[in-house]
Amino acid sequence: MATKMTGAQIIVEALKREGVDIVFGYPGGAVIDIYDELYRTPEIKHVLVRHEQGATHAADGLARSTGKVGVCLVTSGPGATNTVTGIATAYMDSIPIVVLTGQVPTKLIGNDAFQEVDITGITRPCTKHNFLVKRVEDLAWTLKAAFHIARTGRPGPVLVDLPKDIQQAKTDFHWPEEIRLRSYNPVYEPHKRQVEKAYRLLESSTRPVILVGGGVISSGAHEEVRELAELLHIPVTMTLMGLGGFPGTHEYSLGMLGMHGTYYANMAVANSDLIIAVGARFDDRVTGKVDAFAPMAKIVHIDIDPTSIQKNVRVDVPIVGDCKRSLAKLLEIIKEVGRPSKLWKEQFKEWWEQIDIWRRRYPLTYKQDGEHIKPQFVIEKLYQLTKGEAIVCTEVGQNQMWTAQFYKFDKPRTLLSSGGLGTMGYGFPAAIGAQMANPDKLVLDIAGDGSIQMNIQEMATAMDQRLPIKVIILNNGYLGMVRQWQELFYDRRYSAVQFATIPDFVKLAEAYGAVGLRATKPEEVEGVLKKALETNNLVLVDIHIAPEEGVFPMVPAGRATTEMILV
Amino acid sequence: MEKKHTLSVLVENTPGALARIVGLFAGRGFNIDSLCVAETLDPTLSHLTLVTHGDDMIIEQIIKQLRRLIDVYKVVDVTEEGEFVEREMALIKVRAEKETRAEVLRMCDIFRCKVVDVSPRTYTVEVTGPESKIEAVIELLKPLGIKELVRTGLIAMKREKKSA
Ligand SMILES: Cc1cc2nc3c(=O)[nH]c(=O)nc-3n(C[C@H](O)[C@H](O)[C@H](O)COP(=O)(O)OP(=O)(O)OC[C@H]3O[C@@H](n4cnc5c(N)ncnc54)[C@H](O)[C@@H]3O)c2cc1C
Ligand SMILES: Cc1ncc(C[n+]2csc(CCOP(=O)(O)OP(=O)(O)O)c2C)c(N)n1
Ligand SMILES: [Mg+2]
Repeated sequence: MATKMTGAQIIVEALKREGVDIVFGYPGGAVIDIYDELYRTPEIKHVLVRHEQGATHAADGLARSTGKVGVCLVTSGPGATNTVTGIATAYMDSIPIVVLTGQVPTKLIGNDAFQEVDITGITRPCTKHNFLVKRVEDLAWTLKAAFHIARTGRPGPVLVDLPKDIQQAKTDFHWPEEIRLRSYNPVYEPHKRQVEKAYRLLESSTRPVILVGGGVISSGAHEEVRELAELLHIPVTMTLMGLGGFPGTHEYSLGMLGMHGTYYANMAVANSDLIIAVGARFDDRVTGKVDAFAPMAKIVHIDIDPTSIQKNVRVDVPIVGDCKRSLAKLLEIIKEVGRPSKLWKEQFKEWWEQIDIWRRRYPLTYKQDGEHIKPQFVIEKLYQLTKGEAIVCTEVGQNQMWTAQFYKFDKPRTLLSSGGLGTMGYGFPAAIGAQMANPDKLVLDIAGDGSIQMNIQEMATAMDQRLPIKVIILNNGYLGMVRQWQELFYDRRYSAVQFATIPDFVKLAEAYGAVGLRATKPEEVEGVLKKALETNNLVLVDIHIAPEEGVFPMVPAGRATTEMILV
Repeated sequence: MEKKHTLSVLVENTPGALARIVGLFAGRGFNIDSLCVAETLDPTLSHLTLVTHGDDMIIEQIIKQLRRLIDVYKVVDVTEEGEFVEREMALIKVRAEKETRAEVLRMCDIFRCKVVDVSPRTYTVEVTGPESKIEAVIELLKPLGIKELVRTGLIAMKREKKSA
């Protein structure tokens, strides 16, 4: 039986039916009716942030850490424009979030009304899809479609713009349990013939590599990747977004590839004769100079989004489909053929010998100087102390790369990092989202002194919610990643990479009622980190690291990935 | 190798759908040579004929990117589908003074154009045909003095097989 409901009631009811229990948001005139409804809805926890960008990153952090759709709610105009960076961040990394924005009443749209902005126009190129709801009768269906589009296929952000009069209008409530969009049918099941072709390439290969991307995480294909690697004895490398898609501590793991990847991962890919790319999009940070990328390799590319395939590199066997199902099919064929695992091992024996030479020649490493705290040492210590069990968010820059290199991610959804857009200020609000969704887990934000100041205001949000997040600031007193480029490629002309004023992070923490800790000498690091981890409160740890430490290896932009600058 | 492609695109008849398509081309640096939009028999779908150019990899990306849009129902690369009919229409307002009026009419006759408006000093000529014909007519009328020119852009349709 249908009952008459207001638009605002329908919106809240839709959230409940989609299983949403946490919404990150910030109120205003254009969403006051929805807020009034939330006031009466104890099942949905609303987290009041301090800036709408924070709300989007928090929703994103919730999504990345759980696989669910993150939701945020903001008002029209400036509330809506403040979400754009967060939406673009989620879009670039294919993260499912639904952003609900208030809008001026339909009859005022286009009139330059107070706090009106064309947010569907603004976000068209950085959402998977967006909607402006013009009739209250369309509301339930639109919300259902928004969640469906956000989470299926290649996931991504969906924005729904909600004019105020629609929130107030009444209609019968019909919730569509199923939704079918004739123009949107993502393909999950791979083409069997293509998978067979991939198998045949494996049979004739002697130097294969599995390349794991973010798609493995989003499709939950980590078990299948592991089974494939172990069954056939193939080395595995990961993109930044793929870290955790295969255990970083596994003997077959080569770690991350690309601009700041390991020497041996880049060498293996460059010399391979077959790359099985699973849910990776061959970003320029991964390929380096495209013409010189893996010149001898045949490429099998599994991706649910056909546009990712053949976009940057030529592909020999495209497989359009879900990573998990495609690998399952490949494993099925492997088991059907039943070639003994020993034979595969034999087939790749020389390959492994070569890889082990590379591994021994240039392992991931850094030099201690006895005086400065080395950031890599901090990450190693963090890894040991947390036993690799934390959910680790990062900011952007050197801090992010050191984390990717030195924290070994064994499980999916444990590294939350803005890869595609590289959004400074992402990590801390993302940590808030992750901690809200995972109250029993340890959540870290590994930060830079620059990035942390981009959304520092969310300290208050974390305190409101009593979130015991540990923010580890690798404080080099520089916009370090930019400084590193200036050092290497601009003759050390350090233009605009040093702040004249840096707040006292310990006092700042205390000002918010959090705990501030500091380490300035190597011998203090372990104690300070232990103390932070034992503290049941938000902690800001200010670690003064070697100011001019670089991230190595490094492939200069536009160069072949074999042209690495080593330590 | 760069090549011209005519794409036939069916999209949901929703506000913003066209903006999404045009935005996609602008945002990714693809070319639009011409674009024609109109209703179809099914009022919930619009039809677009889009002429673009690029090498094989670009065209492949354009088609995939179009298909990725949630509102796009179907994309066909007419150029790759074998034989097709293509038509464009142009209205050409050409100077037609005493001494050239007969000349204009003669050309219209040869190219089977229609004169659709007449003034003491001009003829407005309607010409329909494949792009090559439109261009030929324009070239021939140019020396006489074209005052105004409006073209519709191309529409195209696949030819049915002649034998069963
Ligand atoms: C300072 C900085 C330095 C960086 N350095 C590096 C570096 O050295 N190395 C590196 O790797 N990255 C680096 N990055 C990150 C880089 O910019 C890209 O974000 C990253 O390489 C992309 O990872 P990905 O290819 O796994 O793609 P993602 O962006 O994770 O894309 C996932 C792919 O999987 C597909 N997919 C999604 N779901 C499914 C599914 N269910 N089934 C099948 N396919 C699916 C999608 O269609 C997409 O093609 C750096 C970023 C920054 C900010
Ligand atoms: C919002 C935003 N602005 C600018 C940049 C460009 N940028 C990339 S890394 C970086 C420096 C980051 O400094 P910090 O947070 O201190 O990290 P560090 O590299 O020193 O570890 C800058 C400015 C960016 N990625 N994001
Ligand atoms: Mg810094």
